Amino acid sequence: MTVMTPPYRSELSSGRDGFGQLLHAEWTKFRTVRGWIIGLVIGLIAMAGLGLITAGGAQSSCQGQGGSARSGAACMPSFPLGPAGEPVNDSFYFVHQPLTGDGTITVRVTSMTGLLPSANAQPGSAGPASTGDTRPGLYPWAKAGIIIKENLNQGSAYAAMMVAADNGVRMQWNYTGDTPGQPGAVGPANPRWLRLTRSGDVITGYESADGTHWTQVGAVTLSGLPSAVQVGLFAASPQYTVKSQAFAGTGTIGLGPTQVTAVFDHVSGVGDAWTGADIGRPEDYPGFGDYHQAGGRFTVTGTGDIAPIPEGHGGDADSALTVSEFLVGTFAGLIALGVVAALFITAEYRRNLIRVTFAASPRRGRVLAAKAVVVAAVSFVVGVLGAAAGVLLGTAIAHARGYYVFPVSGATEVKVIIGTGLFAAVAAVLALAIGAIVRRGAAAVAIVIVAIAVPIFLAISAALPLGAADWVLRVTPAAGIALQQAYTQYGQVAGVIYSPLSGYYPLSWWAGLLVMCAWAAAALAGAAYLLRRRDA
Amino acid sequence: MTEAVASAGYPTWGARYVWGGFWDALHAEWTKLRTLASTWWLLLAAAALTVVVSAAVAAAYRCSPGAGGGCTPAATGADPAKISLTGVYLGQVIVALLAVLAVGGEYGTGMIRVTLAATPRRLTVLAAKTVVVTGWALVAGLASVAGSLLAGRLILPGHGLSAANGYVVPSLANGTDLRAFGGSVLYLVLIAVLALGVTTAVRDSAVAIGLVLGLLYLFTIVAGVIPNKDLSRHLEQIAPMTTGLYIQATEGVAALPLAPWQGLGVLALWAAGALLLGAAVLRLRDA
Repeated sequence: MTVMTPPYRSELSSGRDGFGQLLHAEWTKFRTVRGWIIGLVIGLIAMAGLGLITAGGAQSSCQGQGGSARSGAACMPSFPLGPAGEPVNDSFYFVHQPLTGDGTITVRVTSMTGLLPSANAQPGSAGPASTGDTRPGLYPWAKAGIIIKENLNQGSAYAAMMVAADNGVRMQWNYTGDTPGQPGAVGPANPRWLRLTRSGDVITGYESADGTHWTQVGAVTLSGLPSAVQVGLFAASPQYTVKSQAFAGTGTIGLGPTQVTAVFDHVSGVGDAWTGADIGRPEDYPGFGDYHQAGGRFTVTGTGDIAPIPEGHGGDADSALTVSEFLVGTFAGLIALGVVAALFITAEYRRNLIRVTFAASPRRGRVLAAKAVVVAAVSFVVGVLGAAAGVLLGTAIAHARGYYVFPVSGATEVKVIIGTGLFAAVAAVLALAIGAIVRRGAAAVAIVIVAIAVPIFLAISAALPLGAADWVLRVTPAAGIALQQAYTQYGQVAGVIYSPLSGYYPLSWWAGLLVMCAWAAAALAGAAYLLRRRDA
Repeated sequence: MTEAVASAGYPTWGARYVWGGFWDALHAEWTKLRTLASTWWLLLAAAALTVVVSAAVAAAYRCSPGAGGGCTPAATGADPAKISLTGVYLGQVIVALLAVLAVGGEYGTGMIRVTLAATPRRLTVLAAKTVVVTGWALVAGLASVAGSLLAGRLILPGHGLSAANGYVVPSLANGTDLRAFGGSVLYLVLIAVLALGVTTAVRDSAVAIGLVLGLLYLFTIVAGVIPNKDLSRHLEQIAPMTTGLYIQATEGVAALPLAPWQGLGVLALWAAGALLLGAAVLRLRDA
């Protein structure tokens, strides 16, 4: 007689081993280590704090009219704002007449000549017209052509067809819009015909080499354009600037205004009652522009520019604060987040907790994934909070102190804040993967800092020549800083150095994110492979 | 008899406390460092990283003429020696890591208790470690800087920074370049001492390397972005990396907030301070 005893079974129900439980376990590990939470807080404070120091500690000095020294808010520029709220340059010589309803203007441009400051001109000279210290020459972005403009106020909506000295025929509108047409310089042997047609809110620009065969360059909609607008001929030639690209002193030096003189004929489609106006001329400046009409021939001389003012533009714009400056703490925040993320796995090796972890959850890839999700989520939150504090509080503080902050749209603010969160999240995942690969805290921290923080340091601290700085932000994991791009690069504005130092990154935000994600993915794949292959 | 007893007793402070058995301690530290595979890898990595980065930056350099036009020194403001030495910005990380691991590794594994049991005079241990790590950093620095010098000499003249354009092609034959390149070796040695001191004070490799690199890079960034010019200049006169690297300048030296050797002196003060702090902690705390 045998007694059958049933095999022993524990009365406890078996535990679930889904990804949710793993995530919960890793989150518990993370939040219960006091040093890591302190690290996050330090990262957050550093991230927001550096930007707030910038906003709160800004002090600028400048020379007022007549050489009196001024400082602080008195130095702040006040730019006219364009239709989209961006700061713009809007000063030119305008030979205009009213246009009511739909209409067309056609002209032929037969020549463009100009004046530049002489080679030995000193910065800040009053300009060609007053000093006579000049040499003949055309500034590459000297412009002349026809324009339909909402009114004579600076910053009002417009669309224009023009010839730019070295940049061919172009259609430009509302300051930021720019479409190239036929390239090549204008002259008596190769004149350019230009035409603008208004139909409701739509303005269409055409060009022609002979006045019979017309090519459309562009058609733009200026919504809300009133029925009565101004139409006419214009001439504008920007400030002469040279780039100084020494290591620490990268910047532009303005050497005074330039001037362009354009000759138009075959003006048709409009009446004969013309008025000349120096748009945007400061009251204490002599007028640089003028026009003469002889028969059907117009000679128009002008100075100035119709263009956006990019951040980092020389002159007054240099004393403005920027949103990019409020985000400088990202560098410090990334060091703190990277250290915490790397230690999140190396500490387990150090304390041998990793064996318990893998005993409890033998699927090692999933452990790594759970850790990555935890550090990414935490870093995203820290990045968003830090950037939001830096951008929003920084702007508020600067405004409260009377400082000019180069404006960005609300959408850009959101993009930059969310972008900083993504940047921090991907950086943390990369740091975690590096930690899993090298398994030693010190080595992991050193590699993380070299891979993520040092490239940013090299690019924004003027330690590298310009070309090298751009390459560093294209190929290293620090490419993700492109997510913080707050201002737009305008190819049609000369005299600006679009460098990382002044907040212009070489990649677009998605390309930067892609480069960084590629690094993180490669490191994560390497870490997953090594985790499976090696003993813990 | 009494004399023998007196000499057998351990002094607890003073020169004899430090130097007693120093050569034995030095030999022990040298053996420990030399027999670690990571030491040799880090030496190789420091030299390779420095030289590769220096060469890449030199190769990426494009002469971009400024106001006067042309590629002359007056127009570009370029400093061939400083460009050749850009890799030091990264090489210093490896040198610091080497110093951190020389101390932090012992705390991580518990080896420090064996070391201190064998050589109870703690300052002797620290002195021996400092000498060994300094020597190792010197070797790493010499290799890194020599490679960078060679890269600069070979690459820069082809990128507009040639003698024909009025530049000084990096060479140890002239005094300012000797200062820049020789000073960079000293810079790396001082970084190693700084890292050694910090690690002895905090006793954890990961925290120490984070602190040292934060001190170097963050201080520089903060000093650079403070929009208050006076405060910024004061910070640039005490930031260890900024001041230490003034030694690399061969152009525009007069415009620097400190003279090159003064700058290296500031870094030396930081290193000495860190070492003193480390010595105090080592002396006063249980291991």
